[in-house]
Amino acid sequence: MSAATIAATAAVTATATIAATAATTATTANAATAVTPRATFAYLLRLGDLSLVLAQRLGEWVGHSPALEEDLGVANIALDLIGQARMLLSYAGEVEGRGHGEDEIAFLREHGEYLNATLAEQPNGDFGQTIVRQVLIDAFQLELYERLAASADERLANIAAKTVKETRYHLRYSAGWLVRLGDGTAESHARVQSALERLWPLTAELFAADTVDRAMTDLRVAPPLEQVRSAWSARIDAILAEATLERPRDQSYAWFGKRGQHSEHLGYLLAEMQYMQRTYPGARW
Amino acid sequence: MENKHQWPLYEVFIRARGGLDHKHVGSLHATDARMAIEHARDLYTRRQEGVSIWVVRSVDIVASDPGESAALFEPARDKIYRHPTFYEIPDEVKTL
Repeated sequence: MSAATIAATAAVTATATIAATAATTATTANAATAVTPRATFAYLLRLGDLSLVLAQRLGEWVGHSPALEEDLGVANIALDLIGQARMLLSYAGEVEGRGHGEDEIAFLREHGEYLNATLAEQPNGDFGQTIVRQVLIDAFQLELYERLAASADERLANIAAKTVKETRYHLRYSAGWLVRLGDGTAESHARVQSALERLWPLTAELFAADTVDRAMTDLRVAPPLEQVRSAWSARIDAILAEATLERPRDQSYAWFGKRGQHSEHLGYLLAEMQYMQRTYPGARW
Repeated sequence: MENKHQWPLYEVFIRARGGLDHKHVGSLHATDARMAIEHARDLYTRRQEGVSIWVVRSVDIVASDPGESAALFEPARDKIYRHPTFYEIPDEVKTL
């Protein structure tokens, strides 16, 4: 199947799922979520999948990091992210109202039903590229979850309050590395600068508000994305300045992972991530 | 002791909780002090072992010479009156 076919299929599947969800969702305790359950469901998947997919990528470093200490550092962040994904996807399953638990949501959806931003699924590349991806997402999650902690959705606000503490450490770790590599040798500087150029265009998607984002903002469940963007931008500028890296020019928004249309990389990641659950459904240990 | 392919060694000290002193728990490699703190956090406090971390470059520790231990430590052996064994310690005192 070509990339275009996959993307097209993905778009259809995602739309169909959302429509089906809307039809079956009954009542929820929270007034805000009851108004637009399918938007809330999609929004929770976006948050949860971002953490889940990024965790899967970070897990690939285990046993391959530049040092034993980094193996543990990166795995530790991945575990935090999986914890976040569990809370968010469990909640998404409840909002969806079809009796799907966290494992079914995490491991048994199809390609086009994952709503993570395209940036998260990008390959690790060298350690520098992993760090660039991490800084961009950590800073986004930090600014987002700091505001989500004041969400009108109480459950989400509680998840956010826990997540903020973890994310603050993730950014401390990743930004520390970016400064070390950017302000390191000519070789390390060139590598992280080129990773930054490569990944930067994918950041536009994080802040491109669509109907789901706007519905959440209107319900005061989520902050306006422009607000998150300007805070993120200032934070990233400060880190890049310290790392002696140049901020790439912004480009127009061309990726739609958060609507289920992914790059070619996600399929391979899912094949590995879903293998166990699909081979041994409901396995326990 | 140091070479280009191995990051410098740091010794890690953890304070388990308020009121206790920092105890040596092990060592790790890191390129700088900030990284050493982060590694110590990930390696030695992942099961809530501590509330405070100290790290110090291993090369900065000055150690006594084992060859001199007789001269350094044996003169204290026969001076039992220096030990506070003649006091009753109240039960409430937990960490003396």
